[in-house]
Amino acid sequence: MADEKRFDEATGQHTTGHSYDGIEELNTPLPRWWLWTLYATIIWGVGYTIAYPAWPLINRATGGFLNYSTRAEVVKENAAHEAANADLVTALVSADLSGLDPASDLHRYGVARGGAVFRAHCSQCHGSGAAGAKGYPNLLDNDWLWGGSVGDIMLTVRHGIRNEQDDDARWSQMPAFGEILSREEIADVVGFIPSLAQSEGGDVSLPGAQIYADNCASCHGEMGLGDREQGAPNLADAIWLYGGDEETLNETVTYSRFGVMPAWGPRLREEDVRAVSIYVHALGGGE
Amino acid sequence: MSDSSQPLYAAREPIFPRRVKGLFRTLKWWIMGVTLAIYYLTPWIRWDRGPNLPDQAVLVDLAGRRFYFFWIEIWPHEFYFVAGLLIMAGFGLFLFTSALGRVWCGYTCPQTVWTDLFILVERWIEGDRNARVRLWNADWSVRKLRLRVTKWVVWFVIGLATGGAWVFYFADAPTLMRDLVTLSAAPVAYTTILILTATTFVFGGFMREQVCIYMCPWPRIQAAMMDPETLTVAYRDWRGEPRGKHRKAEPETPLGDCIDCMACVNVCPMGIDIRKGQQMECITCALCIDACDDVMDKIGKPRGLIDYLALSDEAAEQAGQPARPIWQHVLRPRTIVYTVLWAAFGLAMVYALFIRPEIDLTVSPVRNPTYVVMSDGAIRNTYEVRLRNKHGEARDFVLTARGDPAFGLSVEGDAFARVTVPANETRLVRVYVTVPGKSGPARRGQSDVRFWVQDSLNGDRASVSSIFNGEDAGDG
Repeated sequence: MADEKRFDEATGQHTTGHSYDGIEELNTPLPRWWLWTLYATIIWGVGYTIAYPAWPLINRATGGFLNYSTRAEVVKENAAHEAANADLVTALVSADLSGLDPASDLHRYGVARGGAVFRAHCSQCHGSGAAGAKGYPNLLDNDWLWGGSVGDIMLTVRHGIRNEQDDDARWSQMPAFGEILSREEIADVVGFIPSLAQSEGGDVSLPGAQIYADNCASCHGEMGLGDREQGAPNLADAIWLYGGDEETLNETVTYSRFGVMPAWGPRLREEDVRAVSIYVHALGGGE
Repeated sequence: MSDSSQPLYAAREPIFPRRVKGLFRTLKWWIMGVTLAIYYLTPWIRWDRGPNLPDQAVLVDLAGRRFYFFWIEIWPHEFYFVAGLLIMAGFGLFLFTSALGRVWCGYTCPQTVWTDLFILVERWIEGDRNARVRLWNADWSVRKLRLRVTKWVVWFVIGLATGGAWVFYFADAPTLMRDLVTLSAAPVAYTTILILTATTFVFGGFMREQVCIYMCPWPRIQAAMMDPETLTVAYRDWRGEPRGKHRKAEPETPLGDCIDCMACVNVCPMGIDIRKGQQMECITCALCIDACDDVMDKIGKPRGLIDYLALSDEAAEQAGQPARPIWQHVLRPRTIVYTVLWAAFGLAMVYALFIRPEIDLTVSPVRNPTYVVMSDGAIRNTYEVRLRNKHGEARDFVLTARGDPAFGLSVEGDAFARVTVPANETRLVRVYVTVPGKSGPARRGQSDVRFWVQDSLNGDRASVSSIFNGEDAGDG
C-alpha cells in the first residue's frame, strides 16, 4: 500500500494516506471539539460505572459509590404512598362499611386497594375478573351462598369457609345421599329439582317431590330458595355453582360437595380484609 | 512525510462577521425582535378561564396533564392535535424550503436568532470585525480580560433569561418567578434553567456555525426538498468573473463586476465564500446580498451580483435574457401540493376543534367475563365508562343505553345512573347493562349498544357505541 499522504490537486484537499486498489481517501478533518466530546463521554462512562451498579462479579455486581438501587427506589416510593394514604387507611379500619357512600373517596380507595388485594390473593380461584369457575363462586352475580352484604362478605373473607384453622369459619356440610337414598330415588329428586325454578315449590306431581320434602327441604327450603345461615344454595334460580344439568346434579346429590376457602383474616392486614370486601361488594352483586 | 501532512482533527476557524446594513439585515432585525418577544413574553399573557382553571394563556401543565392555549384546552386523549401541529410544521418546512431554500435556517431558526443576538452583543462590547480580529490575536491583558468577561457576563444573562423563560411555559409564570427568586421553586425548574442557560451560552457564544454544520440534521435532508426552481442565495459568476481589482489601466482581458473586495465573505456568519457556489454550510441568511449590493452601489454597478436566484434561470441569464418572475418559481406543482396538504391538515384540525364536545366519554367493555348470568336468568354486561367534564365546575351526568328496548342501564353505587364528575376531571364508573333472560339481546351473540351521556345542567349530549354480548357470545 502506498501510505503516502499527499495534496490532491483536483479536489484541493489532502489525503489521509489510506489507499486501496489505487482509491485514496480524502482527509476532511473532523472538528477537534468533536474528539473532546468523545473523550468526555468516555470519562463520563467510566465515572458512571463507578458511581452506579455496573461491573458484574461472580454472584453480584458492583454496588457503586452512590449506593443506588431500583429496589430501594421502589421501597421508598411504596413508603411514600403508604404515608400519603395513612389517613385513608386509618379511616378504612375504623369505618362502618355498611353505611359507606359509594361516591366517597374512602369507598373509591377501598375499591382500588381491594382490587389489588383481590388480584394477588383471590384471583387464583375466583378468576382475575371474579367470574369464578366450576366450584368457585362467581362474585359478579347477585346470588350469594353466605350473604352479599359488605358485612357478610367481610366475615367470609376473614374466616373462610369450611376450614379447620378458624373456629369462626362458615361451616355446613351436605350429606352424601348416595349412602342414604337409592339410585332411583336420587334420579327422581334430580328430576324434580329443575321444576323448582319453573313454579313456586316445584311440580309436586313428580315422584321426586316427596323425596325432596323429606330429605332436602330442611336446608334448601320447601321452595328451594336455600338458606344463607348454612350456606345452602338457592335451587330455584338460574345459577349453579357446579352445574344444573342432570349428570352434575346426580353427582352432587350422590357424593355431596365440600367447597373450602381459607381464612384471610390472619394472612392479610385489617385494611386489606376490609378493602377486598368493599371491592367484591362493588362488583355488581353487592346487597 | 511531506508538507501535505494534515491532522485528522481541525480546530474551529474563528469567524468575525462584519456589520452590514441593507434590506435583508433590516428584515432579520425585525424577525429577531418579533420571535424573541414572542418567546419571552408569551408566558406572561393572562387569560381568564374561570375560578378553577389557570389564567395563563399558554401553559403546559404536565402534572395536571392539560395543555392550555388561549381558548383551547387539550386533554391527553386529544394529543392528536399536537401530532397534527407537528405534521403542519413539517409540511410548512417542506413548503418554504422547496420555494425559498433554507429560509427557516437563515431567518427564524433559534440557533440563528440567538447567534445573531450574541454577535450583536459581541460587536457592542468588542467592536466590529477588525477590532475583534485584533483582540483575538492580542496577548492577554487587563483590557482583553475586561472585554471578554463583560461579553461573557452579558451572554450568560441572555442565556439565563432564555432558560428562565422556558420554564414559565410549564407553570404559572408569576408564581414560579416569585418561587425562583426566593429559592423555593422545584429543583427541576432550576435544573432546566441551568441546562438551557449552558446550552444557550455555549451554542450562541462559542459553537455557532458548528451547530449548523455538524450537529443539525436539517442541512443534510434539505437537498431532498430543493430543486432547480428553488430560489436560493447565489453568486452570478457569469457577471462577476473574472474577478479582480479595477485599476485605471485596464488589463487586456476585461474584468467582471466582482472586485474581490471580500465583503461577502467578511459578513458571512458561517465563514464561507458564496462565490464558490451552493454549499452545505450556507444558511441563506442573505447578509452577503446586502454587503455586495452596498459595494455595487459604491462602484456604480447594478445591484444583484449576489442575489436570490433559481438554478433554472442560469442559462437564460447567461444568454442575456431576463430571469423569470419570482411567482413562476414559487408557484409550481410541488409547492402547491405542499400548501394543499398543509392547509388540509390545518382545516381538519380547526374542524375537529370546533366539533369537540364539552363532555366526552370512552367506553371499554369488561370482557372478563363477557357476560354474567343473574339469579333470575337475566344477562348482564359490564362496561368501564370514563366520563370527562371539561367545565370549570362539577357537573351531574345521566347515562343511558340505547339500541334495544330490553337494555336496562345501572351504575355501580347509584340507583339513578347519575354520576357527578368534579370540575376539569375525569371519572371512571362501572356501568351495567342488563337484559331479561329470554329477550333478543340475551339470545343473540352480539348486539349493538350506544351509550349516551347527558349533562343534566345544560342538556349537552355525547355518545359512544359498543357491543352487548348475549349467551351465544362465548364463555360466561
